[in-house]
Amino acid sequence: MSAFDSLNPQAIGKHLWRLRLAAAQLPGLAEAVREDGGQLVALWGSDDRHLGAGYAVHVVFLAARGLVWVSAGLAAEAPAYPDLAAVFPQAGRMQRATWDLLGIRAEGAADGRKWLRHGAWPADAHPLRKDYAGEPVRETDAYPFVRVAGDGVHEIPVGPIHAGVIEPGHFRFSIIGERVLKLEERLGYTHKGIEKRFEGMDPDTGARLAGRVSGDSHVAYAWAYCMAVEAATGAQVPERALWLRALFLEIERVANHLGDLGYLGNDVALSFGLNQFWRLKEEWLRLSEALFGHRYLFDRVVPGGVAADLVGGSALAEYCLAVADEVRELKAVYDEHAGLQDRFANTGICAPELAARLGLTGLAGRASAQAWDARVQFPQFPYDGLEVNMATHRRGDVLARAEVRFAELFESLRLIAEIIAGMQEGALRADLPQVTAPCEGIGWVEGWRGEIVVAVRLGADGRLDRVHPHDPSWRNWPLLETSTLGNIVPDFPVINKSFNLSYSGQDL
Amino acid sequence: MTAGLILQTFQTVLAILLAPLLMGWVNQCRAWLQGRAAPPLTQPYRVIRKLFHKDAVLAHDAGPLFRFAPYILFACMALAAGIVPTIANDLPFSPAADVIALVGLFALARVFLALAAMDIGTAFGTLGARREMLISFLAEPALLMVFFTASLISHSTELPVIVETLAHKEFVIYPSMAFAAVAFWMVSTAENARIPIDNPTTHLELTMIHEAMILEYSARHLALIEWAVALKLFVYSALGIALFVPWGIAPAGDLAALPLAILALLAKMLAGGAGLAVLETLSAKMRLFRAPEFLGTAFMLAVLGMLTHFLLEA
Repeated sequence: MSAFDSLNPQAIGKHLWRLRLAAAQLPGLAEAVREDGGQLVALWGSDDRHLGAGYAVHVVFLAARGLVWVSAGLAAEAPAYPDLAAVFPQAGRMQRATWDLLGIRAEGAADGRKWLRHGAWPADAHPLRKDYAGEPVRETDAYPFVRVAGDGVHEIPVGPIHAGVIEPGHFRFSIIGERVLKLEERLGYTHKGIEKRFEGMDPDTGARLAGRVSGDSHVAYAWAYCMAVEAATGAQVPERALWLRALFLEIERVANHLGDLGYLGNDVALSFGLNQFWRLKEEWLRLSEALFGHRYLFDRVVPGGVAADLVGGSALAEYCLAVADEVRELKAVYDEHAGLQDRFANTGICAPELAARLGLTGLAGRASAQAWDARVQFPQFPYDGLEVNMATHRRGDVLARAEVRFAELFESLRLIAEIIAGMQEGALRADLPQVTAPCEGIGWVEGWRGEIVVAVRLGADGRLDRVHPHDPSWRNWPLLETSTLGNIVPDFPVINKSFNLSYSGQDL
Repeated sequence: MTAGLILQTFQTVLAILLAPLLMGWVNQCRAWLQGRAAPPLTQPYRVIRKLFHKDAVLAHDAGPLFRFAPYILFACMALAAGIVPTIANDLPFSPAADVIALVGLFALARVFLALAAMDIGTAFGTLGARREMLISFLAEPALLMVFFTASLISHSTELPVIVETLAHKEFVIYPSMAFAAVAFWMVSTAENARIPIDNPTTHLELTMIHEAMILEYSARHLALIEWAVALKLFVYSALGIALFVPWGIAPAGDLAALPLAILALLAKMLAGGAGLAVLETLSAKMRLFRAPEFLGTAFMLAVLGMLTHFLLEA
């Protein structure tokens, strides 16, 4: 009945599966996953020549049984695999990035343009290859945008430098009057070579880097990375550490949702909302610092456990009730503000059918009826005992994404109290077992934005050989383009903010 | 006549000097209402002073128009400040400079700013200029209608005569002016780039109207523009006072009433600025294409005011 039944994937963890097959089988498998209602989550490549093989392409599918990590070995000379973007459009940019970084070609892909390369290295060099020793260059970034022609059509180029202090990205609007006919994104301005930087790091230092892939999702990244390292080495993490990780993750979700709800008000010039939500966020961050020693909980999740313990849990649980009360009051203000509702409703609609076809995920996906939440369908400990309520919506507009944020905010505040109540005393950290042979693992955590997936391979020396951190923004950025179509230009900022995607997470 | 000339000059200078203070007051009230610590009252002066001390950066494509526009804008607003009676009703130039000339002055300033925005050829400048024209071609007729309502009552388009009729004749309630007042408030928010039409504090370049036009300006040019914007808000406030709450403005030739007139002006400006801040805090910015409906309503209200005049007051 399922696409994977006949292929017999190997279980490598709770809801996690591993499968190796030939590259030629990939499109057929992708078709079958699609028919089952599954999605393509991530696609990346690796250079395995130092292991006596060629290159490899890795694809992660989400299916009814969980997350399936599929790898296909490729030739050492002119590596290529069949295009998957025809089946899963979200694979397009990942394939282009894989070409830029590793020189692995997706054969038959409709879009062969560069994606992450901006002219900082030559077109025939691929920095993620193990033998890359190229000198950095500085060439002009000539990028062929799609042209829209017609009477009265013109372009507005926006960014990568913006009037506010935000991450860099270029948006090319083709408009007629104020109406958007086409929006094309050009990202990659924050490419830092994080994947290359991982190579040769010890697992502890790697955790620090993993958490900094996208700072607003620090806990989610650090946990996913640690989950992968622990799976690879076979470490047993103490239960209390897992409880604390869940606590940190929910604290991070609350902080981000508070901030976003304020920004959403500010983007329609309701500064009252910004100031009130940001006051709550600031108090929340200060509480995090007082309890765990860091406002954004940086470096509190470490391989084998956690680096901070909770003292005074009942005070935190009570504080959550007070925050929930305040948010309820502010929600009433938003709900009853005609001007704000008018701006939010029917703006930036992403219809459920399109969301399913193009693979919208995470918070934005749930606002467009894509009911996936790893904490609900595929819970790891301690979520398997928590009964998380998933927040969904069908309208897919800015209002729906704000509503889902409110619902998840209340749910996280409830969960924090439940986690504190469920926590048992115990050790905080276990040592990682010694590594003697190359090993690999994958981690999967539902961050506030969506699923964070980190795949790790350790070398025989116990150091990191290849790490791929994967942000949900990869799948959602293209949907921001389609959601903006037909809207007017001045509504784009609020649509963009309602998605609030990571630049750094997908630029790597 | 000489006293009049001196008074007219004094009023203009007073407006130029006090305008940033009004802006500072509005900003302070907004901050308080939003629960923030407020910037000092004198912040706009500091900003202007800072900008005058900087070196101007000009776009490569900037023509003379781009450089002259701020001076023209400032001059227009200074002239406008001289036309509106703020403390004394003694304005010798008023037969030449009536309310229609005032609307013309505002239009002149706007045309130059829009042309300057397009002069450098950036996408945002053109975008802002286009939106500004959309807003203003709807706001101007409504503003004229408001003035005509007041003119019908006083049988003159000269502001001193209007003030004289409304403030110093025997007290009569004019229902038409109630309609005109609402219309005037709606037009003022649009013309001064305030919420709900525009957001003067935004950093979101795609949503800007007025700010998009001046994105490329810096230093003394920007200082003049900021000052002119403050002056415009001051002139509009003074207009509102002259039309709807003119009591306290010193009659022509009555120098003894001047101190009280200055106090009255300050009190009214304080109240008006606080009122503007309240309305701005309560509102969200409306979708750009709702602005025509908003200004259409303003026009309709102004016309209703005129009809009311003929029905009830003629």
